[in-house]
Amino acid sequence: MNPSIATTPSPPLPRTARLRTSDLIGVGLLGLRGRPLRAILSGLGIAIGIAAMVAVLGVGAASQAQLLDKIAGLGTNLLTVEPGQNLVGQNPPLPDEVVDMIKRIGPIQSATATGTVKGATVRRTDKIDPRESQGIEVAAARLDLLDTLGGKLAGGTWLNQATARYPAIVLGSTTAQLLGAEPGGQVFISGQWFTVIGVLEPLDLAPEINTSALVGWDVATGRLGFDGHPTRVYTRSVDESVDAVRAVLARTANPQDPSAVKVSRPSDALTAQLAAKNTFNSLLIGLGAVSLLVGGVGVANTMIISVLERRQEIGLRRALGARRRQILLQFLTEAVALSVLGGLAGAAIGLAGVTVYATFQGWPTVIPTTGIAGGVTASIAIGAIAGLYPAMRAGRLPPTEALTAG
Amino acid sequence: MTEAPPVIELDRVTKSYPGGVRALHDASLRIWPDELTAIVGPSGSGKSTMLQLMGTLDRPTSGTVRILGHDVAELDDVQLSAVRANWIGFVFQQFYLTSHLTAVQNVANGLFYHGIARKKRLREAATALERVGLGHRLGHRPQELSGGERQRVAIARALVARPAIVLADEPTGALDSRSGDTIIELLHELHSEGTTITVITHDNGIAAAFDRQVEILDGEIRSDRSARLGAA
Ligand SMILES: Nc1ncnc2c1ncn2[C@@H]1O[C@H](COP(=O)(O)OP(=O)(O)OP(=O)(O)O)[C@@H](O)[C@H]1O
Ligand SMILES: [Mg+2]
Repeated sequence: MNPSIATTPSPPLPRTARLRTSDLIGVGLLGLRGRPLRAILSGLGIAIGIAAMVAVLGVGAASQAQLLDKIAGLGTNLLTVEPGQNLVGQNPPLPDEVVDMIKRIGPIQSATATGTVKGATVRRTDKIDPRESQGIEVAAARLDLLDTLGGKLAGGTWLNQATARYPAIVLGSTTAQLLGAEPGGQVFISGQWFTVIGVLEPLDLAPEINTSALVGWDVATGRLGFDGHPTRVYTRSVDESVDAVRAVLARTANPQDPSAVKVSRPSDALTAQLAAKNTFNSLLIGLGAVSLLVGGVGVANTMIISVLERRQEIGLRRALGARRRQILLQFLTEAVALSVLGGLAGAAIGLAGVTVYATFQGWPTVIPTTGIAGGVTASIAIGAIAGLYPAMRAGRLPPTEALTAG
Repeated sequence: MTEAPPVIELDRVTKSYPGGVRALHDASLRIWPDELTAIVGPSGSGKSTMLQLMGTLDRPTSGTVRILGHDVAELDDVQLSAVRANWIGFVFQQFYLTSHLTAVQNVANGLFYHGIARKKRLREAATALERVGLGHRLGHRPQELSGGERQRVAIARALVARPAIVLADEPTGALDSRSGDTIIELLHELHSEGTTITVITHDNGIAAAFDRQVEILDGEIRSDRSARLGAA
């Protein structure tokens, strides 16, 4: 060897350069552009999975919001008082003056009562067997019942001072349906005809009213043999004092025998629904999870095929100066992009589904942000996991491929 | 005296493939700056193998490959990638252009691994395309170009990073003879402007017009004729 050449200084090695993040994302998306249909099909599994997740969470959130709205609208300050079983197993009635006694509790805003008319059944005509009550209860109602319950009339009018003394009757929503009765019609009770003057809207907090037929207190005692005992007291109190009122209600209603009084808060049942889980949801979540899994396998499969098909591109890139790691990152980015695009499409579909469903149900629309964020995060993770093996294969491919292939 | 080192030096290089094929045997060769070299030989003689070793796309089974004095065996993947990115430009028979990118975008890919901003890459790419006579075809996609034009785009991509050497493997192999001639003309032009170029060909006519012809047969260098006798 020529010594003058051996001692010749070589230029320093060229500096190594990092791939810019924008270029990495660009090259990842570029790969998808090459085969758009395949990208769409392989992103579909992820899209369906995320759509199911977002839909479930969105519908859940919307139904919760609807329930909260409903609870807020109905109020949580309604308490009811009924006769219950005392310690020695008796069922003593509430005292006749119970309503006035309860009204003396400070935070009580209103108190009213109904009294069941025992033995009375309401029928459409006198030809029907009186023993067929159909579960309809005839009850005497105080005039302020409707206000206290916040009830509304579906048609007709409520009882007033005058009609409460005549054979006039107001039907609960279910009762009206069962009897097929409308305001202006007549029904038959204990050998007498009563004129239907009103029909109520369904009451969520007092469902027993829905299956009742309500008459004035005086008519009930005068014509139907009502004993005058209130059987259910409804109270509304100041919101902040509901618990305090609840604590003293039994003692106030029946000072001689507080244990014989049953106090309840009807809104508790609705509040309990907030925590209730829907089995339908778990089914959809399961379906979503399965499609995410299938989607992930689809992405992995697409990427493996893609790496095999693009050996020349890989070889060329290596010839242009790409490192193994940069090739790996390119394919990993592509897999994640594929998965995330599927995820975003799925989130959009899910959101559209939730919006349509909520609108259809008359529920408030809630954007399930956690669901969407979770879905996108999940699709990033799925893409990264599914793309890792194909990307590693791409990175390990020898760079001579571009020269030898084709 | 101080003289620049050879751009590429093969020193007793042998390459055997798994399965016992010895594609290159005990080959020694120095490519000097500004040379226009043809490597000729029949099919299967080991030309592409030699080019891959020269371009650091593969490592020899034995012997030493040096690029501008650096022993390839001592460089890791990251360093070798930087060597390829900056010092070596490749031109292939099949062009290897990306079909959904325009000519200028394809050429800009020659700077993709240099850590240069996209705008600058595209500017440099436009200049390189002008150099190969395609300044009016920047926005065309490969499908909209003739075979000869496509190979010009590929040559511009090889040139865009101003490499120390351009290695071309059968650059006219996929072209009709007229387009092939224009490509060879272009290579001569680029050489006269100072580019070091090594071209693989099995066409003795093409090789005859080059400064230097290295003939290989069955993996061995048979002859090495150079116009620059002092250098070889
Ligand atoms: N990856 C490989 N694995 C095994 N054998 C190989 C590989 N690449 C090339 N060969 C063999 O090495 C020998 C030289 O191949 P090479 O591609 O270098 O020839 P060439 O001169 O370029 O031929 P052509 O003119 O047909 O391109 C041939 O016998 C070939 O079959
Ligand atoms: Mg070859």
